[in-house]
Amino acid sequence: MSGIPHDHYEPKSPTTKWVESRLPVIGLIYDTLMIPTPKNLNWWWIWGIVLAFCLALQIVTGIVLVMHYTPHVDLAFASIEHIMRNVNGGHMLRYLHMNGASLFFFAVYIHIFRGLFYGSYKAPREITWIIGMLIYLLMMATAFMGYVLPWGQMSFWGATVITGLFGAIPFIGEGIQTWLLGGPAVDNATLNRFFSLHYLLPFVIAGLVIVHIWAFHTTGNNNPTGVEVRRGSKAEAEKDTLPFWPYFVIKDLFALAVILVIFFAVVGFMPNYLGHPDNYIEANALATPAHIVPEWYFLPFYAILRAFTSDVWVVIIAETLTGGIIDAKFFGVLAMFGAILVMALVPWLDTSNVRSGRYRPSFKWWYRLLVVDFVVLMWCGAQPAEGIYGTIALIATTYWFGYFLVILPLLGVLEKPLPQPETIEEDFNAHYGKADGSAEATPAE
Amino acid sequence: MSHADDHEGTRRDFLYFTTAGTGVVVGGAAVWPLINQMNPSADVQALSSIQVDVSGVEPGTQLTVKWLGKPVFIRRRTQEEIDEANAVEMSELPDPNARNANISSDAPATDVNRGLLPPGAEPGTDSEWLVMIGVCTHLGCVPLGDGAGEFHGWFCPCHGSHYDTSGRIRKGPAPENLPVPVAEFVNETTIKLG
Repeated sequence: MSGIPHDHYEPKSPTTKWVESRLPVIGLIYDTLMIPTPKNLNWWWIWGIVLAFCLALQIVTGIVLVMHYTPHVDLAFASIEHIMRNVNGGHMLRYLHMNGASLFFFAVYIHIFRGLFYGSYKAPREITWIIGMLIYLLMMATAFMGYVLPWGQMSFWGATVITGLFGAIPFIGEGIQTWLLGGPAVDNATLNRFFSLHYLLPFVIAGLVIVHIWAFHTTGNNNPTGVEVRRGSKAEAEKDTLPFWPYFVIKDLFALAVILVIFFAVVGFMPNYLGHPDNYIEANALATPAHIVPEWYFLPFYAILRAFTSDVWVVIIAETLTGGIIDAKFFGVLAMFGAILVMALVPWLDTSNVRSGRYRPSFKWWYRLLVVDFVVLMWCGAQPAEGIYGTIALIATTYWFGYFLVILPLLGVLEKPLPQPETIEEDFNAHYGKADGSAEATPAE
Repeated sequence: MSHADDHEGTRRDFLYFTTAGTGVVVGGAAVWPLINQMNPSADVQALSSIQVDVSGVEPGTQLTVKWLGKPVFIRRRTQEEIDEANAVEMSELPDPNARNANISSDAPATDVNRGLLPPGAEPGTDSEWLVMIGVCTHLGCVPLGDGAGEFHGWFCPCHGSHYDTSGRIRKGPAPENLPVPVAEFVNETTIKLG
């Protein structure tokens, strides 16, 4: 593995020498844990660890929940209640799993927006970014299918609406939808296959997480300045970095502990706060809940899906140009997937050669507006699909696409960036004083 | 290799293409059952026709039955509802197609083309019976009935689509009228779906 110059593992005892010459696994673990990490990383860099924790939490609680769950339309809802009432500690395991999904998405959104501000997607980290986006897509698929399993009203109708998205594809959509559902409507076949995939996908995610980590262990971490670690020699690199273990592990674990205090407070005292009461009513194919709302983490994209009604001019143009093949419904679906696609393509849409938003005076404001925009979209997604909310959602959707497709490409040309520090060491010393940095100095107190 | 300068097909090229071609065919043949198993199974396909007793449905009321996993609305409309549907100009309809599986696929969405005729009724006359698949053509929710919405027909609570007393889309994101499935009266009080 190439990367920042640092010490590699040398086996000393006969046992480790024996193992290492046959399978260099100790060296692999050592190199992974001792990766030189920019020493100026701030608190926005802790969410990777939180995400790793969430994946482990979801897999562990998920595996034990499956020991009590029954994937059948007649029994699924009852088996969830069985877990809640009869299984030892079952209510806690289920609440951890339910709210674990929320923590997972909360962390991934901060992680993504961290990357968007500090330019973590820019060369040479495009592959890390793309893999991250794939993980995010798989997370959404997994969460969606997991939400169907309790077979409540929201499970059923959420599944109906979301699989209906595929039915909107011209010509082949209905066939695809029937194939996905295994019948003309959401039923037992659907529940069974969603269960199978909900169990499978987290392991695919785990595999991609390893590739994600491998990719940024090759390029090195980005950092708040966006300035690269010096790689001329090991001594030079050591002025910019500290090993991940123990420095960043301890920092990240402290942050995780604080976050878990809040997480467990939610799990313990308000476990259903983020859920919908309708999902405690068993699925009924003949009655739609008055207000179908997806889980909070899907709301921004749900708002984009609903924003394009047949009276919006771009929809009318698209419909006219394609002779009706692209209607309002399909347009909304394209917009929703497009909103994620433009985010995935941001490494090539952002033309600025300054990596960190810290040194981009106008970018900062556009970025802050994007964060507000995301929250507004989330709020719109939770509102009924009528009146003023549609207009607000449309404006917010326009900004989302405008940011990625117009503002970022133009800013790189128009904006005059602020001076950046020469090195990470310089930035670090400016913030924390010059106590560290030379070989003979003692570490900072 | 002795054939390095030979640009015509060699025996080795032939073997490469044959092997690769066979690999693709065998691979495809192996994957197809894995994809096809997700299509509707035989027992799901078998439930494609049911009979519904409508003797208890009075004018101004409706019945919802489950057919192919989806709700089917069977409404016996009042004269006012029929009149309201007939008063609509065709140019006001977002979807001008009748969407009726029992008649020609390009028939206009007049109320006559939407209703289901009881036994003995004159063809081409308006019917009080309206039979539709109760799935919003937007994203598949079940619309609320009994005069709901701005056009006194059906209203989809999910994304705000309004359907009129003939089940035609009038306002909101849904692109099409509620579809009329293959249906017929087998006697005075029984409708056969499918």
